[in-house]
Amino acid sequence: MSRASITKAHQKIQELSWEPTFVEPVDKYPTDYTFEKAPKKDPLKQVLRSYFPMEEEKDNRVFGAMDGAIRGNMFRQVQERWMEWQKLFLSIIPFPEISAARAMPLAINAVPNPEVHNGLAIQMIDEVRHSTIQMNLKRLYMNHYIDPAGFDLTEKGFANCYAGTIGRQFGEGFITGDAITAANVYLTIVAETAFTNVLFVAMPGEAAANGDYLLPTVFHSVQSDESRHISNGYSIILMALADERNRQLLERDLRYAWWNNHAVVDAAIGTFIEYGTKDRRKDRESYAEAWRRWIYDDYYRSYLVPLEKYGLTIPHDLVEESWNRIWNKGYIHEVAQFFATGWFANYWRIDGMDDSDFEWFEFKYPGWYDKYGRWWEKYTELSKKNGHKPIAFEAEANYQYPHRCWTCMVPCLIREDTVMDEVDGQVRTYCSQTCHWTDKVAFRPQYEGRDTPSMGRLGGMREWETLHHGKDLAEIMQDSLGYVRDDGHTLIPQPHLNLDPKEMWTLDEVRGITLNSPNVLLNEMSPEEREAHMAQYKRGGPAGRPAAA
Amino acid sequence: MATEVKERSVPKPAFTDAEAGAKEFPSWQSRSYNYFTPRKRRATVYEDVTVDVQPDPARHLSQGWVYEFANGVGGYPQEWTALKSSNWHQFLDPNEEWEQTIYRNNANVVRQISQNIEHGRTAGVYAAFDPAWVKVLERHVFAWAHAEHGIGLHVYTPAQRDAPTNMINNAMAVGAVHKLRFAQDLILYNLALSEEIDGFDGSIHRQTWQEDPVWQPTREFVEQLTATRDWAEQWFATSVVFEPMLGELFRSGFVMQVAALHGDFVTPTIMGAGESDAAREQRGARVLFRMLTDDAEHGAANQAQLRQWLSTWNAAAENAARTLQPIWSQISEKVVRFEDSLERSKARQQALLADIGLEA
Ligand SMILES: [Fe+2]
Ligand SMILES: [Fe+2]
Repeated sequence: MSRASITKAHQKIQELSWEPTFVEPVDKYPTDYTFEKAPKKDPLKQVLRSYFPMEEEKDNRVFGAMDGAIRGNMFRQVQERWMEWQKLFLSIIPFPEISAARAMPLAINAVPNPEVHNGLAIQMIDEVRHSTIQMNLKRLYMNHYIDPAGFDLTEKGFANCYAGTIGRQFGEGFITGDAITAANVYLTIVAETAFTNVLFVAMPGEAAANGDYLLPTVFHSVQSDESRHISNGYSIILMALADERNRQLLERDLRYAWWNNHAVVDAAIGTFIEYGTKDRRKDRESYAEAWRRWIYDDYYRSYLVPLEKYGLTIPHDLVEESWNRIWNKGYIHEVAQFFATGWFANYWRIDGMDDSDFEWFEFKYPGWYDKYGRWWEKYTELSKKNGHKPIAFEAEANYQYPHRCWTCMVPCLIREDTVMDEVDGQVRTYCSQTCHWTDKVAFRPQYEGRDTPSMGRLGGMREWETLHHGKDLAEIMQDSLGYVRDDGHTLIPQPHLNLDPKEMWTLDEVRGITLNSPNVLLNEMSPEEREAHMAQYKRGGPAGRPAAA
Repeated sequence: MATEVKERSVPKPAFTDAEAGAKEFPSWQSRSYNYFTPRKRRATVYEDVTVDVQPDPARHLSQGWVYEFANGVGGYPQEWTALKSSNWHQFLDPNEEWEQTIYRNNANVVRQISQNIEHGRTAGVYAAFDPAWVKVLERHVFAWAHAEHGIGLHVYTPAQRDAPTNMINNAMAVGAVHKLRFAQDLILYNLALSEEIDGFDGSIHRQTWQEDPVWQPTREFVEQLTATRDWAEQWFATSVVFEPMLGELFRSGFVMQVAALHGDFVTPTIMGAGESDAAREQRGARVLFRMLTDDAEHGAANQAQLRQWLSTWNAAAENAARTLQPIWSQISEKVVRFEDSLERSKARQQALLADIGLEA
């Protein structure tokens, strides 16, 4: 269809909506936002007559590339270090995608604008597309990559592993709680507009550098739908800004959504890109550099800041602090180290870092070796199966297993920023002031003196370690998680890439080790012990090094 | 300053031999998703890309939902419908819809419809439409587009947020876009006719839908559907009541019967596409509600609930259907009697109810 006929068709389909007169619309998904006086802001013009053939053509290209990759033996050139992290990444991402589909009626219900409704409904089916096309890509990996273990249990692994809840916020956060907080601010204004750039643009670039050109094909195809989604979200936020009463809520939600997205997405994607790659060319962009370009310049400065002229209060301080965490506080390095420490409870294998990795890190992040180098040397040493325990349980690694952040569920890795507080009758720890505020102040039925009856809550058994506290590691791996290979004995996760069965860790090497939850132990302490413990914890680091007592 | 000729920096491919079968070790052949039991011996692609993508505390989700609504419920509560199941995950969409089928089918439909409209234009058939039929088209046939649009946007779309499994929600999401696409197919056909038929009133459909007494009970029925909180009731009342009693009645029982005799062979092809979409959603509904009436533990209670819904919605549907009757007499060639069309719709619904285990 030509542009002129799309415009005409788009105008025509607006005739389809009507105001109901027989019923009051059911208030399915509550919001504290108001749109009574909102002037209508139109998103990109979208008509299903041209949409379906356009997407079908994109799909045909994706399926063609898949056939080609198999015929061309792509997996002879794929780096195992990279592909192993895909077991985690691709277990997470189809859930956020499908959650975005489920989120669309939350926004439709809240916003009285038929043109936006039309765009949101198309986004709904886009997201079904994204979720199923990614599951299908993963299926191809499982069928053609050397080690299918971990791909084979993928959705179960996502639902019960120690990283699952971290990823699940980026999904559940779209569909639960105040409809606009969830489906507009968290999903579209922050997750899609800011963080899909690193997800769907930086990730594929790194995949290609590691021999995998299918991930780029699929994810670029996904990303090409994103501009329409961003346009839907932009129309809604402009409408929200027209009502003075929404300003305070928008400010709250931007702070929460920005910080949570940073904590979650930078943790995961940062780790994949920096620690999952074999490409150590000095001129390839580091995650920090990509972040500065995509998120700081393209999103923050070009998208968010201009919204100030409509009266939006932008969380400048949190954007700067996110950068500070990435650049000065080693956020991604700390997270990658935490994942590697926890290899024993994963469903993917983690390759150690070698001299060429060290050189690259030192070049990109000056001072890296002094902080993290020793630990990674230890990781490689302790990756060999020769009588010792996994690195997390060996004192010589000089690593204090971290407390979890109650809010973002990434551990409190930047030790000095840890906040401890008793909230809802439990002593909780938080990775940062903002995560503390999110739980204690934002997700509550009142905010700054006003009622916020529609605001959601943080719930669930948020701490993985607490769920498994006091249990034997072999029992956890075999019975609770099921991360054992088909011989019933060898673990799916490994601290190295060696697939020689004699070198692979088994249930025997983890039997007799008890897993403890730092939060359970913290709550068992007397108040004085607790203060002393926390003071020491906060003096610890970097790289998880415990401070002297 | 000397200029250095720089080599373009590109990643170097390396031979890794990381393909399936290169080594043998525990799990080297574990090449199927093993966290669910497929319906047949091998899982279909549909099952692989759909099952368990929406997690469930009753299956693998060990830490529960991490966000809650203000009232303390999170995720996908089973309480969002009055119906109960011993195992919601048993439902698989008989249409096996996923990314590839959705785009292939709908792209084919819009291409076919565009071609049919274009053929009508080149063959000059629009000018030959019976004038009385043109009046029916511009008012009633295009008023129908509203019903389809309302159900797509405000019934199936919210319903797909609510069901306890990915399989049910995806089936309803596809139902939503079928309806929305069909509504747009109709209204863009209206746009084409406005350009082809002199004096064609392209906008009277709105007034007809909103004010013409023959349409008001149908509009009320659709609005009631949109105001229903229970997703299963929404799907049931749409697929098992609305579609046979009003949808098929009007689409197949009227438009597709009479159009050709008035010189119009284009409209029935468009209506037919909507009809076959509705039949797809009915296939899903048949499987879902049969599963629920057969449930060993909850079957009896489900049957009672469904019968209650049926009697309420059917009464409204029959009233709406009978109110549409005058349309049958607005045409010049009276080939089909309203009573015959309605009988056919009722018989279709009875067959559907028998499949579901709700025979009269
Ligand atoms: Fe998406
Ligand atoms: Fe946090």
